[in-house]
Amino acid sequence: MTYATEHETDEGRVFTVTGGDWDTVVKGIDPLHDEKIIVNMGPQHPSTHGVLRLVCELEGETVTEVRPIVGYLHTGIEKSLEFRNWTQGTTFVTRMDYLAPIFNETGYCLAVEKLLGITDDIPERATTIRVLMMELNRIASHLVWLGTTGMELGAISVMLYCFREREYVLEIFEMVSGLRMNMAYVRPGGVAQDVPDAAIGKIRDFLDLLPKRMKEYEDLLSGQPIWTERTQGVAVLDVSACLALGTTGPVLRSAGLPWDLRKTDPYCGYETYEFDVPTAETGDVWGRYLVRMAEMRESMKIIEQCLERLRPGPVMVADKKIAWPAQLAMGADGMGNSLEHVAKIMGESMESLIHHFKLVTEGFRVPAGQVYVAIEHPRGELGVHAVSDGGTRPYRVHYREPSFINLQALPAMSEGGLIADVIAGGASLDPVMGGCDR
Amino acid sequence: MTDDQNTRPGPVPVWAPPVGATSGAPAELPPATPAGRGMFGVQGSGDTSGFGGLRPRRLLPQATPRPYGGPTAGSREFDEVYDSLAEAFPQLDDAVEAVVVDRGELTLHIVPERIAQVCQVLRDDEALRFELCSSVSAVDYLDAGEDRRYHVVYHLMSLTYRRRLRLEAAVGGEHPALPSVCGVYPTADWQERETYDMFGVVFEGHPHLTRILMPDDWEGHPQRKDYPLGGVPVEYKGAEIPPPDTRRSYQ
Repeated sequence: MTYATEHETDEGRVFTVTGGDWDTVVKGIDPLHDEKIIVNMGPQHPSTHGVLRLVCELEGETVTEVRPIVGYLHTGIEKSLEFRNWTQGTTFVTRMDYLAPIFNETGYCLAVEKLLGITDDIPERATTIRVLMMELNRIASHLVWLGTTGMELGAISVMLYCFREREYVLEIFEMVSGLRMNMAYVRPGGVAQDVPDAAIGKIRDFLDLLPKRMKEYEDLLSGQPIWTERTQGVAVLDVSACLALGTTGPVLRSAGLPWDLRKTDPYCGYETYEFDVPTAETGDVWGRYLVRMAEMRESMKIIEQCLERLRPGPVMVADKKIAWPAQLAMGADGMGNSLEHVAKIMGESMESLIHHFKLVTEGFRVPAGQVYVAIEHPRGELGVHAVSDGGTRPYRVHYREPSFINLQALPAMSEGGLIADVIAGGASLDPVMGGCDR
Repeated sequence: MTDDQNTRPGPVPVWAPPVGATSGAPAELPPATPAGRGMFGVQGSGDTSGFGGLRPRRLLPQATPRPYGGPTAGSREFDEVYDSLAEAFPQLDDAVEAVVVDRGELTLHIVPERIAQVCQVLRDDEALRFELCSSVSAVDYLDAGEDRRYHVVYHLMSLTYRRRLRLEAAVGGEHPALPSVCGVYPTADWQERETYDMFGVVFEGHPHLTRILMPDDWEGHPQRKDYPLGGVPVEYKGAEIPPPDTRRSYQ
């Protein structure tokens, strides 16, 4: 075996390389050879979905250790909840996972309703609207996932397309609730207001539009060699690893276990809707892509069934001790209590005014006890543990946030792989730091 | 006007110039009435806003007698879970403090020292198979006495049998501590760190119990009920805004 010969020149040391002796060459000139490098990714990094910091220990391009550091977006929402009444809680929780606000609200409201024991009294129309909004939100959330993951793996165009369609969903949200994000639309007892007819038309248009657009995304990505190279066989996590690390949602389903709380532990009447739980066998980023694309199609099926089921009726529980006292209506200065209601409490009925005042400022009492309610969030199991001491404010609310739990799996799926695959693996978990840090 | 008049309790609050009035700053919060009497100096619980220190009764469900039933009427699921656990874990009577069934949910109150052993059995026994630890967190029951103040709560899920189970372990004292379940459920890692961060409960045997959400050099544990709510008084345009927990609505 011959080694690279070296000789000094005016311009420094020069090696003559003949092949097979690269190691020698590198040893001769790279002082960091055989040494580990610590690379700090984030907290401000374009592919961290918020403010996530990853401390990576590298050997060359191989990752030997990843340590995710979270908490940069901690805002103490769970603590703040304890100082506002039960109804106001929706305004806080909707801000946790800002890509899936309806899920945060619905989980919270289902927990409050279970504590109150009025789960069966929620009007059917309200439940159907919740399901409708949740599935629209799931599509919007998966679209952001696809867009950002595409961008992180080098497909910028798909991000532009996905955000365009997501905008469409946000416009629907605006028509229904008045707000594009963080709507506080789902309230204990029902929803804040009824769905306007114009929104129904827009949802139908969206259902016509999205399949065509999804075909475009798939044409862009599915056969694309860079996309398949970057996703297939990357960041693999099998079922046992998922369960040990608590990873649920599309990541668990991409490993082959059809575990979806809408089927296995139904809530909001999901057992009466017809839809499938898509799975993949590969357990890699590619599988998660396939699962999420299929889930968007299933969500469209559910939305169609919701639209068929929407019958006129109340959208808030009949119990006047819990329901918001006023109908909301659009006024000159935006959404607010309807003029009719204001005229009544100010001009006609003293008792109505007292009732309105008590319910709005003090809120309703919730019998003491604790419940745990879990719903299928776009990222996995969203669990709400709500404790009441019998007062008008929550004693403690804890969110089992899927982004927080799933991020624990990042070291398991990226150690031993390439640094570039940390990005792909992290993106496939779809963490939203607002939810993770709360 | 003397200070004596200003602080005397009575049905009608005595007028006082706003604090900012003398410093030339805009008027700010209304004058403080005697502590704990609310905005209008009312005695007893005359408060109607819910924000004036109203103390509700705390009636948490107590131990439930047999049969425990199940999540739906006519089900015996909770009895099955308890019997299977008793069979697989003979020392169960020493480990369980109480069994509570409330709102279709089963809660086992576990002696803190035994929590990891119980979790191990719950995960491994074929008749139980609680494979997934959904959630670990805690609740600070300030009124439950210093020794049983922090209830660490575990929510387990059995994918095989589609069941849920809640475990609760009450710890307290100056250094609340109990064994970590990280060895049984690796997913408890971050959740125990969060619980430590928020409540100061130490999980013995945890591989690296450090703060996770709050900054590393933070003092105190924010989710404790006696954690002071709001920092320092802030001066704004010459007037002093008191910290949130001394404002009237939080007293």
